[in-house]
Amino acid sequence: MAPTADLVCRDLTKDFDDFRAVDHVSFEVPQGSFFSILGPSGCGKTTLLRMIAGFQFPSSGDLLIKGNSMIGVGPNKRPVSMVFQHLALFPMMNIGRNVGFGLRQRGVSSSEIKARVGRVLERVGLPGIEDRQVDQLSGGQKQRVAIARCMVLEPDVLLLDEPLGALDLKLREHMKIELKTLQAEFNTTFVYITHDQSEALVMSDNIAVMNKGKFDQIGTAKELYYEPANAFVAGFVGDANRFEGKVTAVNGQIVSLVTGGGVELHAQATAGVPAIGQRAQIFVRPEAIALSKDPSQGSESPNASKRIVDSVLFNGANSMVILRDPKSGETIQVTLPQTGDLLGLTKGETVLAGWHPTQARCFASGGAVDGI
Amino acid sequence: MVSDRSKLGFYLLLSPLLLWLVTLIILPHIGLFFVSISEKIGVREYETGLGNYAVFFNEPLYWRTFARTAFMSISTTVLTLVLGFPIAYYIAKLTRGRTKTTLFLMCLIPFWVSELVRTFGWMILLRETGVLSNVLQYTGLISGPVEFLYNDAAIMVGLVYTSILFMIVPLVTTLDSLDDSLIEAGYDLGGSGISILREIVIPHAMPGIVSGCIVVFMLSLGNYLTPILLGGKDSLWFTGLIYTQFITRFNWELGSAFGFLLLGLSSAVVFLGLKLSRQSLSNTMGR
Repeated sequence: MAPTADLVCRDLTKDFDDFRAVDHVSFEVPQGSFFSILGPSGCGKTTLLRMIAGFQFPSSGDLLIKGNSMIGVGPNKRPVSMVFQHLALFPMMNIGRNVGFGLRQRGVSSSEIKARVGRVLERVGLPGIEDRQVDQLSGGQKQRVAIARCMVLEPDVLLLDEPLGALDLKLREHMKIELKTLQAEFNTTFVYITHDQSEALVMSDNIAVMNKGKFDQIGTAKELYYEPANAFVAGFVGDANRFEGKVTAVNGQIVSLVTGGGVELHAQATAGVPAIGQRAQIFVRPEAIALSKDPSQGSESPNASKRIVDSVLFNGANSMVILRDPKSGETIQVTLPQTGDLLGLTKGETVLAGWHPTQARCFASGGAVDGI
Repeated sequence: MVSDRSKLGFYLLLSPLLLWLVTLIILPHIGLFFVSISEKIGVREYETGLGNYAVFFNEPLYWRTFARTAFMSISTTVLTLVLGFPIAYYIAKLTRGRTKTTLFLMCLIPFWVSELVRTFGWMILLRETGVLSNVLQYTGLISGPVEFLYNDAAIMVGLVYTSILFMIVPLVTTLDSLDDSLIEAGYDLGGSGISILREIVIPHAMPGIVSGCIVVFMLSLGNYLTPILLGGKDSLWFTGLIYTQFITRFNWELGSAFGFLLLGLSSAVVFLGLKLSRQSLSNTMGR
C-alpha cells in the first residue's frame, strides 16, 4: 500500500445560506510537497483553507490528515498550523513568547520552550531575536517569525493564506524563493493559497486551479501552463491571447476557426474537439508567437499573417509588443525577443507573426468562459 | 512675527480650557483646602491646623464609612467589569452590522432618562410592595412580602446599573480593534478559550479595562443619589457624610476635610490600579 497522503479531501462541500462556496472538491497532498490552490478572489479557496484549518466545518464530504478524519475536530486539536494573510502575530507579546505560544498551550516546560524557540528561530535565519517586539521587525522578518511560530509545533500540514499579499513587490519575489527553501528545509507539507499565479507557478510541486468552488485542474506548473484542461485554466494561468470564433474545419485535433473579424486561425484541441459550426475559443501564449521582420519568411506556418506594430511595451527581458491585424483590427500581445533586428522594432512597422497550431489551444465555448 | 501670531492663536484657543480649569476646579479646591485646615475655636474665630483631619481619624464612624465606601466602590467596579466584559465581547466580536448597532443602542437607551428616575425604577422593583416581592409571593417562593431595598446588595445593584455603560463603551472600543485573526491564530496554535482570553484578549483590552474601571470607580465613589435612595438612611456612603457636614451641620471645615480625604482616596486607588495593571494614565485615557 502506498503511504497515506498527509492531507486528503473527499467530496468536500461547503454551503452558505444561499450559495455553495466549495463544491465537491477532492484532492490528495503527499507528504513533504508544496501544494498550491490558485484561483481568483471569491472562488472559495479561503473557505477551503479555513475548513482544513478547522475554522469552518464542511457541509458534506470528508477531510483526513495523516489518515485521521478531522470532521468535528476543533482547530486547536488539529495537527495543522496556519500562517494568516496578515500573519496575526500577537502584538502584546515579544517574539519569543509569540513563537512559544503553541508550546505553552501544550504544557511544555519553560526551559524546553526556550531551547526549541531558539532552534526554530535559528532555522528561519533570525537567531536571538526573542526579546524584540513585533513592531520592531521588517515585513520579511515578520513573515519568517510567523512561519517559525507554526513550525515550532511540528505540524503535519502548514497552511498559508496568501501570506505574501501584504509585501511589496521586491520582497515578494525574494520571499517566494525563501518560502520554497524553508519548505525544503522543514520537509513539511505546505498548502498555499493565492490568486497570484506566479507565486503558485514558482513554488509549487502541484497546483490546483479553483474556480467557482470547483477544482478545474490539478497538475504541475508545467502541465497547467502547457496543457490547460479548459478555457478558464488557459486564461487564468499565465498570459494568453484569446480569440473567439466559429469552427470551420476540423482535422484530427487541429481546429480551424474564423474570428468575428474574419481571420482564420488554427489551434489544437486537446480536451474535446468542438464540432463544425460551434463557437470556440483559441488561446495563444505571447511567447509562442514567432515574429519576423521579413514578410517573405515563415509563410508556411498556417497562422502566419502580416500585422502592424501598435505599440512596444519595453520592460527589459519581459518586453512585449502589441500587434494589430490590418483587416479585422484585432490585437495580440507578443513577447518581444531583445535580439537581432527585432530589437529596433518601432510603432507602425509591419511584421510577420505566426505560431504553430500545436502551440495554441482550442476549447469549445461553454459556460466557463467568463472567468478571466 | 508669524510665530508670535500663531502663539497668540494658541493661547486664545487654550483660554476656555484654562478658564474652566482655574475657575471651576483649581480655585474651588484651593478654597476648600484653606477651609479644611482652619479650625473653629470660637464664634468667627479660626486657627490654622489639621484638627478637622484629626476628627476624622478619631471618630470610628467617619473612617469606617470611608473604608466601607472605598470597599463597596471597588466591589462595584469589579462586578461591573465581570458583567460588562462578556456583554462588550458579545457586542464587539460576535455581532455585526445592524445587530451590533441595535445592541449598543439598547445599552445606551436607559441613559436617556435621568439617574433619579432610573433609581426610582429600581425602587419600584425592589420595595416591599414592589414587583419582585409580589412575583415571589405569587409563585409561592416566599409567604409574606419581603423588603429588598435598604441593604448593601440594593446599593450595589443600583451602582452597577448606573455605571455599567461606562464600562461597556471603552471595552467595546478596544475589543473592536482586536483583529479576529489573532483569536483564530490562538486557536490554531492549540490555545483553549481560557488561555486565549488570558494571553490575547485581556492584554489587548487592558487599556479599555483600566479606563472603564477608573470611570466606574470614580462614579461609584462620588455617587450620592443611588446609595441614599436604595440604601436608605443607613446607607453610610461617604458622600452622604460630606453632605451632612455642609448642609445639615453647617460645618464646612469638616466637610472640606472629608472632601479632600475622598479626593486623596480616589487618587490613591487609581494610582494603585494603574501600577498593578502596568498601564499609564495617558495610555488608557488618551485613546
